[in-house]
Amino acid sequence: MRKIKYAKAINEALDKIMAEDENVMVIGEDVGFIGGNFKCTEGLLEKYGDMRVKDSPISEQGFVGMGVGMALTGLRPIVEVMFSDFLLVAADQVINQMAKITYMSGGQAKVPMTIRCPIGAGRSSAAQHSQSMQAMIAHFPGIKVAVPSTAQEAAGLLMTAVYDDNPVVVFEHKMEYNKTFEVDDVIKPIPFGKARIAREGKDITIAATSSMVMKSEAAAERLAKEGIDCEVIDLRTIVPLDKDTIIESVKKTGRLLVVDEAHERCGIGAEVGAAVADDIFYYLDAPVGRIGNPDVPLPFSPALEFPLIPSEDKVYEKVKTYFK
Amino acid sequence: MVVKGYEKKQLLDFYKTMLTIRRFEEQTFEFYKRGLMAGLAHLYMGEEAVATGVCGALNEKDYIGSTHRGHGHLIARGADLDKMMAEILGKKTGYSNGKGGSMHIMAMDKGILGANGIVGGEIPIATGAAYSAKYRKTDQVSIAFLGDGASNEGTFHESVNMAAAWHLPCIYVIENNLYGISVDIRDVTNTPDLSVRAKGYNIPGVTVDGMDVTAVYEAAKEAVARARAGEGPTIIEAKTYRWQGHHVGDPAVYRSRKSKTEKEDWMKKDPIKNLKAAMMEENLASADEFEKIEADVEADIAAAAKFAEESDYPAAEDAFNNIFA
Repeated sequence: MRKIKYAKAINEALDKIMAEDENVMVIGEDVGFIGGNFKCTEGLLEKYGDMRVKDSPISEQGFVGMGVGMALTGLRPIVEVMFSDFLLVAADQVINQMAKITYMSGGQAKVPMTIRCPIGAGRSSAAQHSQSMQAMIAHFPGIKVAVPSTAQEAAGLLMTAVYDDNPVVVFEHKMEYNKTFEVDDVIKPIPFGKARIAREGKDITIAATSSMVMKSEAAAERLAKEGIDCEVIDLRTIVPLDKDTIIESVKKTGRLLVVDEAHERCGIGAEVGAAVADDIFYYLDAPVGRIGNPDVPLPFSPALEFPLIPSEDKVYEKVKTYFK
Repeated sequence: MVVKGYEKKQLLDFYKTMLTIRRFEEQTFEFYKRGLMAGLAHLYMGEEAVATGVCGALNEKDYIGSTHRGHGHLIARGADLDKMMAEILGKKTGYSNGKGGSMHIMAMDKGILGANGIVGGEIPIATGAAYSAKYRKTDQVSIAFLGDGASNEGTFHESVNMAAAWHLPCIYVIENNLYGISVDIRDVTNTPDLSVRAKGYNIPGVTVDGMDVTAVYEAAKEAVARARAGEGPTIIEAKTYRWQGHHVGDPAVYRSRKSKTEKEDWMKKDPIKNLKAAMMEENLASADEFEKIEADVEADIAAAAKFAEESDYPAAEDAFNNIFA
């Protein structure tokens, strides 16, 4: 084991994949000379040159669409979209093109393309740089959606994404980039659709994504001291969703809380909750709970923003309501 | 139109391709009128010289990104008529097993990266293919076909800008048929020639008579040569006219607001008739030779129509094929 920053783990994964496969390239805003807004592509331009690490103009629809064209013609592009909010600028290319070409072509074409983009609030970046787009993207058939938690997960899921023959959006969490994590000496690809039991427990299942996994684990530690034994599941990917692991866990605990940072409305919580209720309603001892961003845009002032963000405290408080 | 100096075979190939497109579209319209085609199709009649002239300048391995009005581009690239027609009728023998239909025919074996239902959607995709060609150090070029309407989409400007900055082997062919559905391009754009936009990107831009197949071919040949030589992109605007409405169900009531005889005037510029007349005048081919081609085209279209009509529809459960997430 060793300790590295989340951004560095991603950087290492990119370096490894680019060294392995000459058809892998990176394109996006500021990915070259300065090594990315969040430093994930640092050093790659010097090592792989300007065709493989391409600083783009500020043209999200253009360079995301170019990624689709590259993927159709033999490359494996990794397109960095600086904030997940900017996916909306490129929405046609993501949703109407990237996601649908394989289907619309009757399987003639594959689009082995990865989009990396950060989600999450907490930087006083206000409503257009703080959103979490994973539920929205997951709505559309034809895109795999990864929501890594730790540095190891971010690197391992990214490797799987790049070698997948179909398009994947990997949502990294911007508040994690600069944090240090313990990782394996050699990080291996992590398969999609296999959730990770981050903490075993018997009283309640907390199914979480991205940063919310770590926040849920921290809450679980506190709750354990009060005799509440939480099982924390890191969903890893929401498309495909590992329903089996969630269901097995809920059969054991009888309670489910879903924690995802996107807005609650039409979110992952609703999806996972409905899936569980559909299959094993009679195993549930209590209503399915959800924690997400409340349904307001993220405000600028820390005084307004922080109270909205799903936190360790919120998970702690919510779990307590199940055991009054 | 200039036909002197061309190989007879090349001109006859142009003739056959244009006639095939025309007859294919007439057959598509016929299927629509008979209620055999679901949905709509955007017909290419009148614009045949553009696809034919441009694709005549390409090699087998080159790429094209096509539009919602894409049948002509596919035929000019040599796509399989049977599979095209079957796709248009929603049959399982179609290019996409009935999942795409007229607006989304894709033929990867011909370098056709898809017709596209989103106006301007294909432009960055074709540009990415050009990037890929340069990256892999092949001499392939990529054509982005687009309409006058798409020339006002952001994707066009974003793509041309990147292709120019990075000298990508991409050629942007604007088929200016005057109308974006009902809106006259001259009422929404202040440049009479759309090719002048090239100046803003410091690349060559040329406007050609899109009803003249050899004129289009010459412009494309020059642009392709530049692209293959690593000299970057070109914008070609081909002035043309669609003889039908925006789609098969559009009576095109908006025409002729500027000129009562607009449609008739454009129909006099029929690229197929004019090529034949020019070749006859120069004694480049006999009436018999044209008749032979015309009979062959009739037979090809009849065979494609028969194949499509007789093919089965996909099974309902086939809707769940080709999806992975």
